Amino acid sequence: MTVAEIKDALGAEVLGGEVDLTGEVSSAYVCDLLSWVMAKGAQGTAWVTVMNHLNVIAVATLLDMACVILPEEIKVEKETLDKAVEEGVPVLSCKKTAYEIAGILYGLGLPNPVKG
Amino acid sequence: MPLIAEIFEVQKDDFVAAGEASAKIKRTLKKLGVGSEVIRRIAVCAYEVELNLIIHSLGGTIDFSVTQERVTLVVKDVGPGIPNVDLAMREGWSTAPESVRMMGFGAGMGLPNMKRNADEFDIHSEMGVGTEITMKFNIK
Ligand SMILES: Nc1ncnc2c1ncn2[C@@H]1O[C@H](COP(=O)(O)OP(=O)(O)OP(=O)(O)O)[C@@H](O)[C@H]1O
Ligand SMILES: [Mg+2]
Repeated sequence: MTVAEIKDALGAEVLGGEVDLTGEVSSAYVCDLLSWVMAKGAQGTAWVTVMNHLNVIAVATLLDMACVILPEEIKVEKETLDKAVEEGVPVLSCKKTAYEIAGILYGLGLPNPVKG
Repeated sequence: MPLIAEIFEVQKDDFVAAGEASAKIKRTLKKLGVGSEVIRRIAVCAYEVELNLIIHSLGGTIDFSVTQERVTLVVKDVGPGIPNVDLAMREGWSTAPESVRMMGFGAGMGLPNMKRNADEFDIHSEMGVGTEITMKFNIK
């Protein structure tokens, strides 16, 4: 499943500039504690978090995650979005709550992160 | 003889540059063709130790070196030191202030993450002097 397909399924929009949405999503994870995500996240993970600062992009990049998904239309500063575009990390924003997003992603058949 | 030896300086409270040293280390290892599983483990350790320098130390350095067999990270700071290393190594133990907890740090998972992901992990700390952490990763 691609990031573009996830975006459509969630009715989400992409924040910031042009970024590749053809990346493969292989798992999903919901968490706001960065070290916890560092321990559990993996390549290809769609990460749902309410955290919206620069360090989220750093964590997503270091783990080669597929995308970051912000619930409840959380706003992100331009500086952070510019970094996301530079690193090629899609940042999606969605009206739905983290709970609803997780339900939809689970329904699409995405498992918990599996480390490769 | 190391193939690569580089030292990164990390400043206290510099959240804007946070993760830059780790990103550079990861990029270098990718270029060298190191396997992606070990790169992931090194990236996790580099990030956790880099953030600890920013959040908890008075500043320090990450000494990154690569030989044919292994990658080594030697991390030294100039204080304040850790009063009880056994306690600091415990999952969930954190002295992170409220301001950085609000950013999602302070789960008390950084040091345990490092220990789990490094092939060799060694920590020494002296109050008033500083903390030194050495992590080694086999790449052969
Ligand atoms: N370089 C350091 N200098 C001084 N104290 C440190 C240093 N590194 C870690 N500590 C102490 O050890 C504790 C545990 O560190 P650890 O990285 O496991 O968790 P944390 O940084 O508090 O939270 P997290 O890493 O999950 O965001 C810290 O809260 C701090 O008290
Ligand atoms: Mg830490």
